Amino acid sequence: MSSVVTMVKGFVNGRAVEVPAGTTILDAAKKVQVNIPTLCKHADLLPSAGCGICIVKAKGNRKMLRACCTPFENGMDIVTHDPEIVKTRITVLELILSNHPTDCLICGRNNDCELQKIAADFGIRDDRFQRILAEIPADNSKGTIILDPKKCIKCGRCIDACQNMQDVWALSFIDRGFKTRISPAGDIKLSESPCVSCGQCSAHCPTGAIFEHDDTRKVWEALQDPEKYCVVQVAPAVRVAVGEGFGYPVGTNLTKKLYALFRRLGFKAVFDTNFAADLTIMEEAAEFVERFVHGKGPLPLITSCCPAWVDYMEKYYGDMIQHFSTAKSPHEMLGVMSKTYYAQKKNIDPSKIVNVSVMPCTAKKYEITRVEEMFASGYQDVDIVITTRELIRMIKQAGVEFESLADEDADLILGDYAGAGTIFGATGGVMEAALRTAYYNVTGENLKDVNFKDVRGLDGVKETEVDVKGTKVRIAVAHGLANVKYVMEKVKAAQKNNEPLPYHFIEVMACPGGCVGGGGQPYMVTDEIRKQRAKGLYDEDEAMEVRCSHDNPHIQQIYKEFLEKPLSEKAHHLLHTQYKSRPLYVK
Amino acid sequence: MKRILIQDTTGNLKKEKRDLHISFSTQIRDRGLTDQVQVVMASDLGVYDRGLAVKVLPEGVIYGGVELKHIPDIIEKTIVKGEKVEELVVERKNKQMRIVLRHCGVVDPESFEDYVAHDGYQGLAKALEMGPEKVIEEMKKSGLRGRGGAGFPTWLKWNLTRGVKGDEKFIICNGDEGDPGAYMDRSVLEGDPHSVIEGMMIGAIAVGATRGFFYIRAEYPLAVERVQKAIDQCYAKGILGKNIFATGFSFDIEIRLGAGAFVCGEETALIASIEGLRGYPRPRPPFPSVKGLWGKPTVINNVETLANVAYILLHGGESFGRVGTEGSKGTKVFALTGKVRNSGLVEVPMGITLREIVFDIGGGVLDNRQIKAIQTGGPSGGVIPEQFFDAPVGYEELQKLGSIMGSGGMIVMDENDCMVDISKFYLGFCVDESCGKCAPCRVGGTQMLHILNQISEGKGQIEDLKKLSEIAHAMQKASLCGLGQTAPNPVLSTLKYFEKEYLAHVLDKKCPSGKCASLVTYLITKESCTGCGMCARVCPANAITGNRQEKYTIDPDKCISCGQCYEVCKFGAVLRQ
Repeated sequence: MSSVVTMVKGFVNGRAVEVPAGTTILDAAKKVQVNIPTLCKHADLLPSAGCGICIVKAKGNRKMLRACCTPFENGMDIVTHDPEIVKTRITVLELILSNHPTDCLICGRNNDCELQKIAADFGIRDDRFQRILAEIPADNSKGTIILDPKKCIKCGRCIDACQNMQDVWALSFIDRGFKTRISPAGDIKLSESPCVSCGQCSAHCPTGAIFEHDDTRKVWEALQDPEKYCVVQVAPAVRVAVGEGFGYPVGTNLTKKLYALFRRLGFKAVFDTNFAADLTIMEEAAEFVERFVHGKGPLPLITSCCPAWVDYMEKYYGDMIQHFSTAKSPHEMLGVMSKTYYAQKKNIDPSKIVNVSVMPCTAKKYEITRVEEMFASGYQDVDIVITTRELIRMIKQAGVEFESLADEDADLILGDYAGAGTIFGATGGVMEAALRTAYYNVTGENLKDVNFKDVRGLDGVKETEVDVKGTKVRIAVAHGLANVKYVMEKVKAAQKNNEPLPYHFIEVMACPGGCVGGGGQPYMVTDEIRKQRAKGLYDEDEAMEVRCSHDNPHIQQIYKEFLEKPLSEKAHHLLHTQYKSRPLYVK
Repeated sequence: MKRILIQDTTGNLKKEKRDLHISFSTQIRDRGLTDQVQVVMASDLGVYDRGLAVKVLPEGVIYGGVELKHIPDIIEKTIVKGEKVEELVVERKNKQMRIVLRHCGVVDPESFEDYVAHDGYQGLAKALEMGPEKVIEEMKKSGLRGRGGAGFPTWLKWNLTRGVKGDEKFIICNGDEGDPGAYMDRSVLEGDPHSVIEGMMIGAIAVGATRGFFYIRAEYPLAVERVQKAIDQCYAKGILGKNIFATGFSFDIEIRLGAGAFVCGEETALIASIEGLRGYPRPRPPFPSVKGLWGKPTVINNVETLANVAYILLHGGESFGRVGTEGSKGTKVFALTGKVRNSGLVEVPMGITLREIVFDIGGGVLDNRQIKAIQTGGPSGGVIPEQFFDAPVGYEELQKLGSIMGSGGMIVMDENDCMVDISKFYLGFCVDESCGKCAPCRVGGTQMLHILNQISEGKGQIEDLKKLSEIAHAMQKASLCGLGQTAPNPVLSTLKYFEKEYLAHVLDKKCPSGKCASLVTYLITKESCTGCGMCARVCPANAITGNRQEKYTIDPDKCISCGQCYEVCKFGAVLRQ
């Protein structure tokens, strides 16, 4: 059935515009190459109408309208720029600036700040109004993201992201008027709130009010310490996003350039999280077969490689813990392999190894000390996590001409991967990779076509059925935490009513789009950008010879030499973890 | 049957009112008049400055300053003989006209039967008979416009909501009255809750709503209590609930309490508040008439608006429309206060002049001082200087003068009121009450207030006046809701009419009214001082020393410029400079 789209016609700055009904004035203006400035609107989120910069005039209306949230209507005659509009915008911007600190030079968002940019674009040169700032201390209680309310312009993006996109409800506005500020409800610390460190707030913040906990200095110190043996790994989603910091087209896969870069930075071993993604698949697929074929453990099995999801599940779905895969996330597996298998093989004192993970994610910073299993090697398995955004800054600080570096390869054997490992970075990727291996585990043969296109793409919940030689496996893939409820409630309802399970296997990623849209990725992400980044990963998978984790020769080697077989006692000790129910509020 | 009504509104004198009620009742009983006289705690009698007030019906005579000792006299003269107790009589000027307050002080607000006995629910019955189209037609004829401030035609609002398709529609009564000094909605809810319920039900018929909400601020406990009681009575009588009067019309009403945020009187913020969310305004469109409460078509009417509705249905739109001016029909209730002799609620026909309200009804300025201006419209309004007092009261007429009708605040100002100070007061109110959602209002208001403070402290620069206008303009144009868009109005209107006062503060560093403490010094002239010592006695800062035989002096270091010595000196010896 095709739905009829009603079109509306009007004018923007005298130019005829025709757009589908419901299009905002802001988007209608773009059709005729007119950019209306705005500070609070983000393509991902509902307009908050907070900043008041995007005001325009509609002929015949004595009020000015907000372009971000007003639908373009038939016969509208919009003026986006005239002396009065421009002057009003400047005054509003000056007002916002009068309530914002001027320490731009030492702010984390220096040179990458939407407020700074708009102030530059508007050519603001005076401080005409008295600077009035509230002295509110920053909240660094979480260790993953930092809340600095005095830099906040109250655009409300973080709150929309936290409440509606992620359904976490850690952030809200408290107090009112000039004293309005972002905070967990009840004016408690972030660490006492339901915050799961997904970092979507920080990825959507236009200023430095919510910022990732910067660990780059720790990395520099480790690299400069001659006693230390620094090992790096890079997550799938990072390679297709880091280029955005250097002018590459969105989605450009820079894996090999990154390897070269890491050696320039001084890392002694360069590994790839994708290898460990293959390892995760070996364990998780085995776990699924155990439960699905042999009935050892409850179904559905739910993936657990996303630490924000793990935290969310422990807080919101503590009763579903037995459904969680006990397999650790890939970078944790690589961390423990680095300090055990690799250290023994290379005869390195594991206490000297510093494992650095470059991740698209702020929650990974929390994960590395989450429970005692994260110290399975006898040491903290992963020492430092930095996000893609931090890596971009490090590259710039290092003075390396990133764009001109020649490609290099990762170090073996923890650096070699199958196509299955690389698609982990996109929503549906873990499911697809697991199905490739689970199919093999059940049937003893490889799929003819390893592509599961039904689980790809940006639909919030993807449900499908997979035929494993006559047996139907029902699966669901959810991304963006607000989409979890639908899937989980369906499972709970079936359990309660003793109905057949709606799913056997569920993948959840906390961030919309999966890790490519992670909370530690470059700013101003949109669905289009998420698609392009994911495409960078799927293209790599498509081009690879080895596409299933179990076919990765180095995976086979590590089981032969060290881990014996999936779910072996050793594998359990090193590669698995456990969960416990946690309260939403600590106080 | 005679009736003794005792005025019972929110406020003090609780015990005294009760005592009066008990004494009246016992003495009536003792004299064996129980069957002929009923003693009722009623609502607003419109007497605010004379202690306890009592009205005797059917004579309609109102007594003020009533004490227990007056009771035998009132019973003997008025009840038994039908004469007046002259020394207690409160004169009512007949320039008032009561439509909204028609039942206040007449009907027992807690009695369903009493309301019905005064034509109650006749309008509803008529509306059920007429059907939605005719009801709206009647409202159109009446010309009634929203009394919450904006003055949007009520029939049009109803018609818009009626025209939207929806499986469920809501009607909300906005009782979140918040303008400083305004209490007309409170008085109606306390004094005549049934008429508002009736108005809401007629509105529900017109728009097709099945559920209604009273959004009343929690600071109005008596209003909440009486409205709840009235709702309960309606359910008991089958006026609310399913299939009312077997007409197929079903309607339910619930009360929701507002927690005191001024912005929740703004329609979209009010809706958010009922939904349990932070009271933040939402961008419009979509308008509440299309997408309101829980996304459903919703009509929101102010208390005073709804109180007119049953009257209009009963007496006809045309008859109602004969009162008032071309654009503004009916009456308007004002809360007259400030430097006026008789302060209180007044209900006047539209088109009456400001001068008539202040001088004929209000009795003129306190202490016969020179009147300076009238402020209308509360924090969204403006001041109107004396030269425009002969302007008729109406929506457009007041707007032309740089103020607004608003919800009905009316504050009289005299020569001692400083316009910079007045601006500070109203703007300060809006800054306190800004929800903080949008930058122009949140920061703009604070910046304007900062500049006004500088000016009143003598630190103002001439550029500051330009800055004030610029910020004001940005707030008007770029604020999201009405609160922010109108918050600069008091500043702009005082700047327009009293720029000289601002200039005196900025250029001469003087406050002509002597209100701005930092700009005023007090000293005692030896020639006029009689050594009475009153000034020293009232000085809260112990800044005045001297003794009875000699002259007194003020220590400028200790003086806080409160002006109490100036007020108290009978000999003009304290000078203000």
